Amino acid sequence: MDTAEKFDDKTPRSDTPASQSEGEQAMENSTRYPEQTIGSPYVDNAKMSMRDVDVFYGDKQAIHGVSLDIGKNEVVALIGPSGCGKSTFLRCLNRMNDTIDICQVKGSLHLEDQDLYDPKLDVVELRARVGMVFQKPNPFPKSIYDNVAYGPRIHGLANKKYDLDEIVETSLQKAGLWNEVKDRLHSPGTGLSGGQQQRLCIARTIAVSPEVVLMDEPCSALDPIATAKIEELIAELSESYTIAIVTHSMQQAARVSNRTAYFHLGRLVEMNDTETVFTKPEHDLTEAYITGRFG
Amino acid sequence: MDRMHFGEHSSSQFNEALESIRNNLMEMGGLVEKQVVDALQALLQADSALAEKVLETEDKVDKLEMLIDEECTKVLALRQPAASDLRLIIAVTKAVSDLERIGDESAKIARMGLQLAEEGESPRGYVEVRHIGNHVRNMLRDTLDAFARFDAKKALEVAAEDKEVDLEYRSAMRSLVTFMMEDPRAISRVLNIIWSLRALERIGDHARNIGEQVIYLVEGKDVRHISVDEIEAKLKK
Repeated sequence: MDTAEKFDDKTPRSDTPASQSEGEQAMENSTRYPEQTIGSPYVDNAKMSMRDVDVFYGDKQAIHGVSLDIGKNEVVALIGPSGCGKSTFLRCLNRMNDTIDICQVKGSLHLEDQDLYDPKLDVVELRARVGMVFQKPNPFPKSIYDNVAYGPRIHGLANKKYDLDEIVETSLQKAGLWNEVKDRLHSPGTGLSGGQQQRLCIARTIAVSPEVVLMDEPCSALDPIATAKIEELIAELSESYTIAIVTHSMQQAARVSNRTAYFHLGRLVEMNDTETVFTKPEHDLTEAYITGRFG
Repeated sequence: MDRMHFGEHSSSQFNEALESIRNNLMEMGGLVEKQVVDALQALLQADSALAEKVLETEDKVDKLEMLIDEECTKVLALRQPAASDLRLIIAVTKAVSDLERIGDESAKIARMGLQLAEEGESPRGYVEVRHIGNHVRNMLRDTLDAFARFDAKKALEVAAEDKEVDLEYRSAMRSLVTFMMEDPRAISRVLNIIWSLRALERIGDHARNIGEQVIYLVEGKDVRHISVDEIEAKLKK
């Protein structure tokens, strides 16, 4: 049974799978989706705007009509229980879902005036404009220098060694890693600690001067100190980049983001100022999730 | 009101911690309410034994205040509460200090009762004390009730009542001051009554403060330092 379908029923089903927790069932019985996203999903100075986005994996619909804007130089946090579609949605924003054959994206997605799903669009170029940092740090099995220099090289951003050196240095500096690695730029990136590797991946992402940085749980594999460094970094990066971050840590979403979007079973339930979401959420489902009543 | 589901967290220990905080708050509220009632009776009936009892209860109230604050600190540190849970913790820590102050004010009234029992009764002011005392007592009862039931409407009523108490207090002051001018021999004893009225008026203010915390808890809106009309307007938004 498609889990999303259950919400369309007015009466609770008796054949709900046993795996579902009691709390979740209680929420379903007492709470309905809003007809439209609650709060303020749209902004005036949108860097990216998505309208009525549906995503299917084969027959299964993973995202149902999500519409939202990500403002310029804004940090948007996407939160929600596992399987709510937040990562799927994030991956649509630089067409990472293209790598999955059965995945089909509908709706309108724009980066400024550029239609992201325009068949004529060069995806490699798009991913240079919209970079991504993943859950697990995944440096290339190359030197620290080459990890950062890889992007600028393939995109032809630097012709001379001198220019490339400069890009590598400023990227590592922006990622807050320069002082820790400047004496060993040619040792392998995989030899760094987890937190350093993740900052290396961020440096690699920003080396090609993207406009938007997508982060898919960038701190879930890191210790609290490394997490604090990445969060600090996010605040600094937001001065020059637009950032969308998926996180399971609600405290993290609360700390780093300007606006927070709450996803539930493929729908965008509420999007509001982060402060509002964490002190006085408008929808019951948001309240239930952030106070730890289910999920 | 329908959104206050404090017993439904995935973590049962979290549920228990919040439950315990609420129970202790209600226990403290009950104790303080009793203190106010007893202090009034001790004053009005020159009952020194009852006045002593009020003073003894203070210690218990102080201990509960510290216990509840400790529980709240623990929840903040261990659970990082958000939304209604966060508002509950904030509202409780503030309400607790108002309750403790109400306890202090009742102790003041009890002490005035002791003095009047020694010096001889005041020639004037008992009618005003009884009247304002009943009024304030009801406010305190209603505000605690509103907290227990997460009833913002009732909390708003308490705020409105406080305005009336302030008016009654001022008019009582005027008549007692006039009386003191007419009969200076009674000044010392009438002053004891005036201090008691002042304490009652303060209790009314604290009850209102607790009511404002209830409104914050239920509606998520900060309604301190504004008039009752402004509160109503803010709640309608």
